[in-house]
Amino acid sequence: MFIPHTGSETGEMLKELGLKSIDELFNDVPVEYRFPKLDLPAALSEMEAFSMAQAISQSNESTQDLVCFLGAGAYNHYIPSVVDSVISRGEFFTAYTPYQPEISQGTLQAVFEYQSLIAALTGMDVSNASHYDGATACAEAGVLAYHHFFGKRPRMVVAPSVHPHYRETMRTYLGGYAEIQITGDDPDRDPLSTPDYLISLVDQHTSLVLVQYPDFFGRIFDLTEFAKAVHEKGALLAVAVNPLSLGLLKPPSDFGADIVVGEGQSLGIPLSFGGPYLGIFATRKELVRKLAGRLVGESIDQQGRKGYVLTLTAREQHIRRDKATSNICTNQGLMALASSVYLSALGKHGLKSVANLCYQKAHYAASRIAKVPGFAVLDDSPFFHEFIVHCPESVEDLNLHLLDHGILGGYDLGCDYPSLEDHMLVAVTELVDKEDIDMLCDVLSEVKHG
Amino acid sequence: MAEPTIFEISSAGRIGVKYPSPDVPETPLPVNFARDQLPLPELSEQDVIRHYTRLSKLNYSVDGGFYPLGSCTMKYNPRVNERAARLPGFASVHPFQPVETVQGCLAIMYNLQLWLQEISGFKGVSLQPAAGAQGEFVGVSIIKSYHESRKDSKRTKILIPDSAHGTNPASSAMKGYEIVPIPTDANGDVDLEALRAACDETTAGLMLTNPNTLGLFEKDVVEVIQIVHAAGGLVYGDGANLNALLGIVRPGDLGIDIMHFNLHKTFSTPHGGGGPGSGPVGVASHLVDFLPAPVVDVMEKGTEDMAPLYGFRSPSRTIGRVKSFNGHFGMLVRAFVYISMHGPDGLLSISKYAVLNANYLLAKLKPYYKLPYDRVCMHEFVLEGRWEDAPGVIALDIAKRLMDYGFHPPTNYFPLIVHDALMIEPTETENKQILDAFAEALIKIAGEAKTEPELLKTAPHVTPVGRLDEVKAARDLVLCCWIPELSSP
Repeated sequence: MFIPHTGSETGEMLKELGLKSIDELFNDVPVEYRFPKLDLPAALSEMEAFSMAQAISQSNESTQDLVCFLGAGAYNHYIPSVVDSVISRGEFFTAYTPYQPEISQGTLQAVFEYQSLIAALTGMDVSNASHYDGATACAEAGVLAYHHFFGKRPRMVVAPSVHPHYRETMRTYLGGYAEIQITGDDPDRDPLSTPDYLISLVDQHTSLVLVQYPDFFGRIFDLTEFAKAVHEKGALLAVAVNPLSLGLLKPPSDFGADIVVGEGQSLGIPLSFGGPYLGIFATRKELVRKLAGRLVGESIDQQGRKGYVLTLTAREQHIRRDKATSNICTNQGLMALASSVYLSALGKHGLKSVANLCYQKAHYAASRIAKVPGFAVLDDSPFFHEFIVHCPESVEDLNLHLLDHGILGGYDLGCDYPSLEDHMLVAVTELVDKEDIDMLCDVLSEVKHG
Repeated sequence: MAEPTIFEISSAGRIGVKYPSPDVPETPLPVNFARDQLPLPELSEQDVIRHYTRLSKLNYSVDGGFYPLGSCTMKYNPRVNERAARLPGFASVHPFQPVETVQGCLAIMYNLQLWLQEISGFKGVSLQPAAGAQGEFVGVSIIKSYHESRKDSKRTKILIPDSAHGTNPASSAMKGYEIVPIPTDANGDVDLEALRAACDETTAGLMLTNPNTLGLFEKDVVEVIQIVHAAGGLVYGDGANLNALLGIVRPGDLGIDIMHFNLHKTFSTPHGGGGPGSGPVGVASHLVDFLPAPVVDVMEKGTEDMAPLYGFRSPSRTIGRVKSFNGHFGMLVRAFVYISMHGPDGLLSISKYAVLNANYLLAKLKPYYKLPYDRVCMHEFVLEGRWEDAPGVIALDIAKRLMDYGFHPPTNYFPLIVHDALMIEPTETENKQILDAFAEALIKIAGEAKTEPELLKTAPHVTPVGRLDEVKAARDLVLCCWIPELSSP
């Protein structure tokens, strides 16, 4: 097992300490609370523990058994074998934050390359070493914007078409600043309205405007004029992206975004019931000193050899304590590595191919579903690989029916948006075949006629 | 030789992963959305594997050797955890699947919540927080919501011992609290007089790390908690050092109100080169309604032949959501497997041997290094990395010289209250021979500091690079590789 001490070694160690038993080391612990009996199941061997885990895992249905049309911020993509092979190397996954650069150049260079790959993909100048996930990256964008204007612009405008979890997380994070007000996603607004209407809410008190691209509903908008209008009011524009879509789509930097955040799960990270994922955070270089989280920079040693170090640490909690830009202590190291390996292995051609496959299959699916009687596709705006379907019955019932046919249906938008009851958000990735889409439509046709 | 960057080894036209052609009729992308330049590298699969394999060899890791990084609990990461988390029934499950299809995931989460409650003596646990620092933020948010729910608006201050991690004040500041530092007394404990003087009707709470960052169990912990409670404040326990307490004492029994767990420390989930961590939060009964959403609960009771139906629930006065989806589920699977392989006796052994290892190493080193607080330690201890008869040698030099002997250095310059601190945490998974070898190296270094200080000042000598110029890194600020396509005119 994991504790290597033999009886005689323990004896020798105790002798060195002049003790008879290990228990004597705990005399500082109040005696009335010392050594409680824990009511836990008895220990299993590795063989038994693994069998148990396996049995429990088999009581789930997975996207390996079901055809998956579910997305809403987490996507079922093919992960090339090379990704898990690299991140399974003990040299990477059993190391910690590279506090000692001389013996951590592997992690440091990998993070430096991650920062570069994300900068290249988003079109921004600088990326940090990552945040926990897309939701916390959005929240940290709010914190950055607030501090960028020294607290003098306490308003933030957030589109209702930003992922509901991102908006909730942002509110939890920013709740500590009494003066911060978040508007734009009020429940009485039409969640499907285009970003333009947000401009009327932006004024000289607004620090940040946050939109998503593609948005939570899968739609894409040309944000060029929108960005100009935000900048005219002096606010910062943050855009939350699905990084995989940028293999095909114009990056937000082309529209003039100041901050690009996003959920990096689509870049080679398994669904894993919701985590761990990857928070992407990139900015223009003017904002770098306000960034939260780790940053790796290039330097040289005394002999002039190139190397990498954690840099601008004066922003961080272990130095600045309560004056830090954030309390974040770690990054999402291994997940950032996974996404780097994914982007390196796919390269420019692979990423474009996979984004195009998603785009094509989603558009075929939308055109097919639109022809099923009783169903309507809301396609007023261009979309990437996800779109809204108005269903003739409740999404929950429909999904149970689809499940009987081995299909994992789309996300029930009525859960978050009352006005979108009976609306399903359908995602299509490269893992879905034409036959799968045709089968989905066949089953949907039965629903209408059944 | 330095490994070139992934962009430098790129060759235009090379393809690593090939995808099939679309099997559906194609729809053109509107031109105003089409990306014209995608400056990603182009490599073969072997290029990628060789690059990252070479990089990995530049890393020190727990798999490679002794990693006594204080306060980080760099214990062995069992391989079965990795295998379990990668089972398709866990790794390929979507977070928004209907609950009927994810009962296995929910069973893992529900039982882990119960087990962590039992281990810590709390009444409720949320597995949501992504890491320790986020767990702290959750804890402070709960303190704030609790006082607000009682219309007690005067409580604007959080008390934090001067030995605490930097994340404690940073997390408190994020919730708008004023920080009041509490000094450490001559024995290394919280100064009770100073604590009493600081506690009043403006006290929202105390953030207490126990064992503290000196590796000492707070002798007066019960009294410390009573003082804060008497003033109407809550006590937050920083669970960073829980590896010393499994089966030894339950923080909830001591009266602590809230605590975060670091699954990546105490419960063996890997550190991943800096994450992902996992920082579940446990609370006493009066705070269960404030836990971050969602928590897992039994929706329909089971019977002898039928498992219960689990589902997600949002606590009635929740502080809200702190991340998307369901916590770092992959880490939860690993911790679940780890606890199931230990049981109550195995967990107790973890802490007993972690504390034995630390005290054994301390006894070996005490004659050679100054120990600022001379007491029995828990799972770690703090020495001073300086000597009067070796002027000019500082803790950093000792840390760097240790690399020449093949060891990862301890945490240095933390806690801040010890000069040139060397914070050493061996963990229970290291054997006596390794501890002896590490002690021998540190003892040799103590000698070298006096006879050949240059050896320390110029260390390390055997690593791929020497000490790096951190000032240059911050001044010149190169945060991105040279990317050929972006550099060409």
